[in-house]
Amino acid sequence: MYTEKVMDHFTNPRNVGEIENANGVGEVGNAKCGDIMRIYLDVQDDIIKDVKFKTFGCGAAIATSSMVTELVMGKTLDEALKISNDAVAEALDGLPPAKMHCSNLAADALHEAIKDYISKKGK
Amino acid sequence: MERIYFDHSATTPVDREVAKVMLEYMTEKFGNPSSVHSFGRETRKAVEEARNSVATLLGAAANEIFFTSGGTESDNLALKGIAFANRKKGNHIITTAIEHHAILHACEYLEKQGFTVTYLPVDENAMVNVEDVKNAITDKTILISVMFANNEVGTIQPIKEIGQLAKEKKIYFHTDAVQAVGNCHIDVNELNIDVLSLSGHKIYGPKGIGAIYIRKGVKIESTQHGGSQERKLRPGTENVPGIVGLGKAAELARIELDQRISHLTNLRDKLIKGIQEKIPDIKLNGHKEIRLPGNVNISFFYVEGESLLLNLDLKGIAASSGSACTSGSLDPSHVLLAMGLTHEVAHGSLRLSLGRGNTEADINYCLEVLPQILERLRSMSPLNANSKLAANNPCSQCDHH
Ligand SMILES: Cc1ncc(COP(=O)(O)O)c(C=O)c1O
Ligand SMILES: [Zn+2]
Repeated sequence: MYTEKVMDHFTNPRNVGEIENANGVGEVGNAKCGDIMRIYLDVQDDIIKDVKFKTFGCGAAIATSSMVTELVMGKTLDEALKISNDAVAEALDGLPPAKMHCSNLAADALHEAIKDYISKKGK
Repeated sequence: MERIYFDHSATTPVDREVAKVMLEYMTEKFGNPSSVHSFGRETRKAVEEARNSVATLLGAAANEIFFTSGGTESDNLALKGIAFANRKKGNHIITTAIEHHAILHACEYLEKQGFTVTYLPVDENAMVNVEDVKNAITDKTILISVMFANNEVGTIQPIKEIGQLAKEKKIYFHTDAVQAVGNCHIDVNELNIDVLSLSGHKIYGPKGIGAIYIRKGVKIESTQHGGSQERKLRPGTENVPGIVGLGKAAELARIELDQRISHLTNLRDKLIKGIQEKIPDIKLNGHKEIRLPGNVNISFFYVEGESLLLNLDLKGIAASSGSACTSGSLDPSHVLLAMGLTHEVAHGSLRLSLGRGNTEADINYCLEVLPQILERLRSMSPLNANSKLAANNPCSQCDHH
């Protein structure tokens, strides 16, 4: 039911882990709905120098987390904010319709992390 | 890669002997059992022999066995057939929160038709309390339906006691024994069972065939109308290959029962013990001892069931889970929630259901790969023993929770 790309990102997820001194962290989902994604950013001069994730969730949740980190690595914040959940799904050659819930979280987690960075910087 | 099948509660392989007789009744002996000629007579004879075999397995009389298309149909026929036939006596039905959807959704339908249904809770081991059954009975109660053994966590219910209670109160007692038949000793008289559902594909028989035991004298009406097959209770030309296959599977279940129980119990206990020794932060779901001989159901904290299943599948092991992402809804298994598990623990459940073809080597292999998979998934998880679970993180899709 999953595409080859999804299985590739699920079995060899890119950028798993935490960034110790992350200056932006975003978390969405909750254990109740079965998926939690946390994204860590290291932003310098409005450019995403490093990004990592930790995810509790199904195959789609893990694959979209991995894909979103790959999509934003080295991008400017403006570019990163334009990445949508659909774009992540598309980059994975699509996801089963039943998995839209799980996969709709990765870009949201990224956007939360960027918001966190911006609000911290503002202080 | 070698494949290991640990999903026998979902379905079992058809036994070779079963497949052999089925083929015979598709190709050479293909007559309609209602026909008067020799082609019909030979299949009629085979159908009645199969009925005998199923009856013998349950300690019932042959004329108390009716063939259906499977567990789902037997459950529907039991509930709707008894409810509608006994409407004048009362409109109250008692069942449990952990039944298969074939029971729960049939009950929901009956509620729309004016019946009242009590869904009994279960304890943390998924066990129904007989006192609760007793207290739920009213003068309008016409039927009690409690599953013999749960398909997810394997807990075996106090069937004899509930049956005794129903008998004293003159209420019909149905049990969904789809998972128990072939795995437990069942004698319908000793256990006070009035109506029982079983399915072929869980006992090394074919899919799409099942049976219902109905004690002589139970008032029930058909839900399907047509010819006079199965004494008009279940009209339609008999699925002869399926029936013959079910008969053979029931015969094998009877002959092999003790051996199957001891083989499966041994493997099950070895698997549970091994997991408990090798992997921290887990919870065995279901009753420790009073459970199906082949059922292992364990929650692994901080990981989600589907990713566990996919990883096991990549290693050649087929299993199942009660996580939401395998159920197609946002909620994890209703059985695990009814037992009081939190959502996150329910999402991390894994069911390994063993069958007669499994060996110690299969168990050892599983015990070798499972800890590695858990270590990997847990290293990726934002949850751990110290994580305070935020109940209200922003979740764009989950506002309705
Ligand atoms: C407890 C229980 N009841 C009913 C059924 C449905 O049986 P069938 O697949 O034969 O319709 C199942 C099968 O999963 C089951 O486990
Ligand atoms: Zn999911």
